[in-house]
Amino acid sequence: MLAFNFFGATEGGLFDINATLPLMAIQVVALTYILNSLFFKPVGNVVEKREKFVSNNIIEAKNKLSEVKKLEADLLMQLQSARTEAQRIVSEAENESDKLYKEALELANNEANASKEKARLAIESQTTAARDQLSKQADDLSELIVNRLILEK
Amino acid sequence: MFFNSLLTNFAALEVGQHLYWQIGNIRLHGQVFLTSWILLGALLVFISLGTKKMENDPKGLQNLLEFLWDYIRDLARTQIGEKVYRDWMPFIGTLFLFVFVSNWGGALIPWRLIKLPSGELGAPTADINTTIALALLVSLSYFYAGLSNKGWRYFEYYVHPTPIMLPFKILEDFTKPLSLSFRLFGNILADELVVGVLVFLVPLILPIPVMFLGLFTSAIQALIFATLAAYYIGEAVEEHH
Repeated sequence: MLAFNFFGATEGGLFDINATLPLMAIQVVALTYILNSLFFKPVGNVVEKREKFVSNNIIEAKNKLSEVKKLEADLLMQLQSARTEAQRIVSEAENESDKLYKEALELANNEANASKEKARLAIESQTTAARDQLSKQADDLSELIVNRLILEK
Repeated sequence: MFFNSLLTNFAALEVGQHLYWQIGNIRLHGQVFLTSWILLGALLVFISLGTKKMENDPKGLQNLLEFLWDYIRDLARTQIGEKVYRDWMPFIGTLFLFVFVSNWGGALIPWRLIKLPSGELGAPTADINTTIALALLVSLSYFYAGLSNKGWRYFEYYVHPTPIMLPFKILEDFTKPLSLSFRLFGNILADELVVGVLVFLVPLILPIPVMFLGLFTSAIQALIFATLAAYYIGEAVEEHH
């Protein structure tokens, strides 16, 4: 038997090594197996299942977040293009109405000018006619006057 | 005079006295097994209660056990490394729990009130047999870990980084279990003796801070033992290039 006694006693002592040692070792090995099946395995399963669940959820949430961001960017782009499109349509309409207005104005101006010209021509012709008639009447009158003067003499 | 009386009183603390059990022609320290069975029984009851109804949302005892499991996993993972820590976690955890329960059980339960025909009950880890058993298990484990992971290449470790290290590394194989066992044994026995002597001299108040210090040392010793065991295993399985 392995035993060496430091403190002088034939039996006992602090450093009394005996069969307690191997039996304790066997006991600890047995405890390892018992604790493994009773504690480490079941608790490990639960904890690792939960960790997996949590990390899966985090990954899923991250995917969803990136999808949302992508959609948001997409929407923003669509909004932008719609805005420029609207601007384009508005400016086009403005141009068109401007053009129409100018055309109408020109047409009206031309018409007015033409009628003015016509009126001027009519006035002119009537003036000459009136002047001719007037001068003719003056001629007649002067002839009449001349005739009378001649007759009286 | 005083010293003499102290010595005789010290003897009344029954240092180095054992309760012998004789089975055939082998002799056992009965008090070590008695306390270890009581404490391990309590530990197993505690663990069975905590793991009886495992839920995804931990409550009560399960919470505590999960914290403990996480603590042990972190310890094993940091020392042994990501690759093989799973294989060794139950062993490291058992060492930690065994040493911790033994130390605290020895310090917290007033074993002295139970009279034995010879010797007295106390922390199982205050017996050199227990600590040597644990330390030898650690030695066997790291040899097994190294050999099973790396085969004969394990022995490269002895000549790493230069062959000059060979004698020191061989010496280390002897000093590792020696220091492991004597550190634990010495700390726990010293704590028991200090508290015992103080209680004997000044039975009121004064021993209480020392008792708290003892609880602290006990916990630290459990952590140190488990950490070193894990470190030795990690050292044996580590791949160096």
